[in-house]
Amino acid sequence: MKAAAFDYSRAASVEEACALLARHGPDARLIAGGQSLVPMMAMRLVRPAVLVDIQRIASLNEWRVEKDFLCISACVRQNVIEREAALSEAVPLLGKAIRWIGHVQTRNRGTVGGSLAHADPSAELPLVVATLGAQCIVRSFRGERTIGSESFFTGPMSTALQADECLVEIRLPIWGAGRIGTSFEEVAIRHGDFALVAVAAQVALNAHGVCERAALGVGGAAPAPVAFPDLSRHLVGTQLDDAAMQAIADTLAKRVAPMSDLHASAAYRRHLAHTLTLRTLRAARDEALTRS
Amino acid sequence: MHHITLKVNGVTRSGEVNARTTLVDFLRDTLRLTGTHVGCEHGICGACSVLLDGEPVRSCLIFAVQVEGQSVTTVEGLAKPDGSMSVLQDSFCETHGLQCGYCTSGMLIAAHALLASNATPSEHAIRDAIGGNLCRCTGYQQIVEAIQLAAKRRAGGER
Ligand code: FES
Ligand code: FES
Repeated sequence: MKAAAFDYSRAASVEEACALLARHGPDARLIAGGQSLVPMMAMRLVRPAVLVDIQRIASLNEWRVEKDFLCISACVRQNVIEREAALSEAVPLLGKAIRWIGHVQTRNRGTVGGSLAHADPSAELPLVVATLGAQCIVRSFRGERTIGSESFFTGPMSTALQADECLVEIRLPIWGAGRIGTSFEEVAIRHGDFALVAVAAQVALNAHGVCERAALGVGGAAPAPVAFPDLSRHLVGTQLDDAAMQAIADTLAKRVAPMSDLHASAAYRRHLAHTLTLRTLRAARDEALTRS
Repeated sequence: MHHITLKVNGVTRSGEVNARTTLVDFLRDTLRLTGTHVGCEHGICGACSVLLDGEPVRSCLIFAVQVEGQSVTTVEGLAKPDGSMSVLQDSFCETHGLQCGYCTSGMLIAAHALLASNATPSEHAIRDAIGGNLCRCTGYQQIVEAIQLAAKRRAGGER
């Protein structure tokens, strides 16, 4: 189907985009890569009266590595994660997740911020952001604010963004050098489809193989991607042995709230959450053990 | 209406478009370049793939007004200057890489982009590159073979 008619404005700056959002309110939508929004418009699931195109705003197309954060502006395309090794060097989980995201045609066009603002509960980038506890910087004519990932995703296709706000930057924490291991695993009907369930894990080990820090998150098994900082804390001090991981996976599988749909039952998704938790934790540990 | 100017297959083209006109509709209906096909119109099938500034994208997920000033290559732009088929296109014929042809322009765009960045792709890389393109006829095997054959012939100097 074709999208319903709308007015189109190309914003030259974030200020201009925010002014347009302020003027049109909920009738306006931001567009950058359009890989989530345009299909929804084609199916008439959304009918914005005004599209504000932000993809050419130069300041929204930058990324930089700071001491503690990898800062990615909202309109950076997903293929940049594949091409620029520095991003995955700073945040290795990004490099693990990217190969699960869509197809080359969509990664060439889709943006990092767009995937987050769309907030599909089983999408990969929201899961990375939730797992690592990233910060989302948003701007409106009222000013700038920072939303932690734990409150950014509020439900399926829903975020804490107000109608007049524009996501401008994502700050992903850098864990620094050392014995860090990461893993991202998912099960989808076909490669490139949205995950039935995806699990992301990142661990840091000391010289004796004892876990000093851990992060764990699950996508596709709740209305939004969820991180489990309390469960991760239980892993600290262990050698990430099977018993420790099994206990975490058991609890996690009880706490997720998957839904049944055409593709998979809630019970199967719960089962996947359990299995993939074990698998990702093991893979992250084994990778960390190879580091010195 | 918006006035847009872009390069299509190396030629500067312009036209008037509604904001909601997709790039594929502009290419097919306004420029009458009907080699690019449109299947699902919502980013599932890959039939509408074109190169945008050299990179494969789905032209049904882009509004024409968004690509003002950019450069697009369609399947018409893959042929040799004299209009005869490129090695890649010819390889699709050789291996029976197409039956009805509906997916073919999208497959050619995906394969062309792959070979441009990776002259000796593994079978896995080939399957990954065409992973976003659906074909209801061939079962994909002959398409993979076509791309393998094209890579081999290109390594031998053919274009
Ligand atoms: S027509 Fe564009 S992906 Fe199907
Ligand atoms: S040849 Fe018919 S769809 Fe591919």
